[in-house]
Amino acid sequence: MFLWVIQRDLLLAMRQRSDVLTTLFFFIIVVSLFPLGVGPEINMLRSMAPGVVWVAALLASMLSLERMFSSDYLDGTLEQMMLSPQPLILLVLGKALAHWMVTGVPLVLISPILGFQFDLQTDALLVLAVSLLLGTPVLSLIGAIGAALTLGLRGGGVLVSLLVLPLYIPVLIFGAGAVEAVSAGLGASAHLSLLGAFLLLSLVLAPWATAAALRISTE
Amino acid sequence: MLKVSNLECVRGERSLFKDVNFSLEAGELLQVNGPNGSGKTSLLRMLCGLARPAHGEIRWLGDNIRSLDEDYYNSITYLGHLNGVKDNLNAIENLRISSALAGNGIDESTAYASLQKMGLIGREILPVKVLSQGQRRRVTLARLLVSDTVLWILDEPLVALDTSAVLLVKGILEQHLEKGGMVVMTTHQDINIAAIETKRLQLN
Amino acid sequence: MAINWFKYSSPASFYSLAGKLIPIFSIVALILFVVGLYISFFVAPTDFQQSEAYRIIFIHVPAAWMSMFLYLIMAGWAAIGLAFNTRLSSMIATAIAPTGAMFTFLALWTGALWGKPMWGAWWVWDARLTSELILFFLYIGFMALQAAIDDPRRADKAGAVLALVGVVNIPIIYFSVKWWNTLHQGATVSLTESPKMASIMLTGMLIMSIACWMYSIAMVLIRTRTIILERERHTVWVSELHKETT
Repeated sequence: MFLWVIQRDLLLAMRQRSDVLTTLFFFIIVVSLFPLGVGPEINMLRSMAPGVVWVAALLASMLSLERMFSSDYLDGTLEQMMLSPQPLILLVLGKALAHWMVTGVPLVLISPILGFQFDLQTDALLVLAVSLLLGTPVLSLIGAIGAALTLGLRGGGVLVSLLVLPLYIPVLIFGAGAVEAVSAGLGASAHLSLLGAFLLLSLVLAPWATAAALRISTE
Repeated sequence: MLKVSNLECVRGERSLFKDVNFSLEAGELLQVNGPNGSGKTSLLRMLCGLARPAHGEIRWLGDNIRSLDEDYYNSITYLGHLNGVKDNLNAIENLRISSALAGNGIDESTAYASLQKMGLIGREILPVKVLSQGQRRRVTLARLLVSDTVLWILDEPLVALDTSAVLLVKGILEQHLEKGGMVVMTTHQDINIAAIETKRLQLN
Repeated sequence: MAINWFKYSSPASFYSLAGKLIPIFSIVALILFVVGLYISFFVAPTDFQQSEAYRIIFIHVPAAWMSMFLYLIMAGWAAIGLAFNTRLSSMIATAIAPTGAMFTFLALWTGALWGKPMWGAWWVWDARLTSELILFFLYIGFMALQAAIDDPRRADKAGAVLALVGVVNIPIIYFSVKWWNTLHQGATVSLTESPKMASIMLTGMLIMSIACWMYSIAMVLIRTRTIILERERHTVWVSELHKETT
């Protein structure tokens, strides 16, 4: 059931591959723009890299948030999901995970390559990918709340960024912090365990808030 | 089984209807009539728990549907004025997914058979976006053939359908009512569906 | 002498009660502001290290306190409105937001003014200043969401969910930002250790804080009254009220 939702959303994403690629290329372009903006000085780029990649990941994940519920809302399938005998929380969780697989996973996979542009060392590249692996699902889960709250509103896309970006800050701090810690020769395990804790917390709380928000928005 | 008392619907600051009372037993049909904007869709959305009434309550087997929540959804099928099909999926995928979401998964051959009954063979593997309005509606209505719920809540099920499809739907509804099912529907078309009792509710 | 509190949970009776309370709170706020500012500028001694510039804390610290308290209170009212479906509580939450945002902005502004002589820069990425900035974003998000929704009941509920999500996040955000940058001044006033300030300074600051509370209550009551009128404009009691006043 829960798997049906994930399967459905992945199938839809496959039918509309351009959406997935748009998000991925947005991420790549934003990351590549920074060296052009601040100059090619390699030490500076190296120290900036974690923050740049993470901010770009935040923006890329946010870019596709609006679509998470709105297309289902417009064609009536959201109504059908809400009338499902399955708990809405599970459906919401399924949708958030599908969103992560479509937008988060590609970023995780491409991030080591982008790290090369900034001359990151191998261990830093690895930690960057791991931090994104732990952090991007949190972005999808928190983002789902914002997407549900702004469902069907005019200017929903811009509004969602206003609501969601401040809530992304802890993930940004510890995600980028993990990579910086490794580059500085300190272990990243503290940062990564905190990211893991955020993930668990948002897995428990975010679907609940999202389900409440969906009920409010569709009433 | 379904009992509605003193229902009131408020849209913005205006009261669309108030003091709506009716009850529905096995094999009965309720036709909701009224001009555009009289609150027919709102009433149907309240009946399936999507909207919250401003006043009054809806009871299913004696319990308020608010307290039943997911248990209630096992007993109802709602088809809204939106088709609830995904444009990028084909008819079989749509039917199988929507049935799975409604809690009774079906295999491909069952899906094929119901689409065949709805006259969609030859188009079952095309993405729904290339189908006509009427054909999409048929894909939606195919859900009724595989549904095992008691109460059907249908918002303008006949819109965009041709004469043969209307007869088809009439047949499906009559069969459902005969088996002891219940139907609440709105329609602007003049059709006569055989039921143990046909109730009419006029909103204005 | 039991007061029937439920009587005041209806917008109509709250409206008249608020009308009586507003002048009281406004006058008390005004008096306290005058006394507080007098102490801040003329009574409190000049600080050893920070000379005269420190005097901005008399407004900065109360503003920062208010910004945080008001967010919690706003979320509390919003939650009550969501849980018990009481319209008035949601209206109060909506009414608190602009005042909260104003105090947050004031805290940021005065923080920047203080930062220039203290740290040599208008803005430093100090943990508290950054958290305050994020709090400001949360207020703005709340107001923007409510402004974008036409249906007032949906606006109330959606705002409540957002405010509650914000409340869960605030400690996490604060802790994260603090971890991120530990360059900040030690707590000037804390409940656990004895205050390091002269007691006259503390008195001034407390008076200013109470003045801010009174001001906030007055503002929220005024704004709630406006919201009540706007939402209930089609009811009998509002049209009767309208007839009386014209």
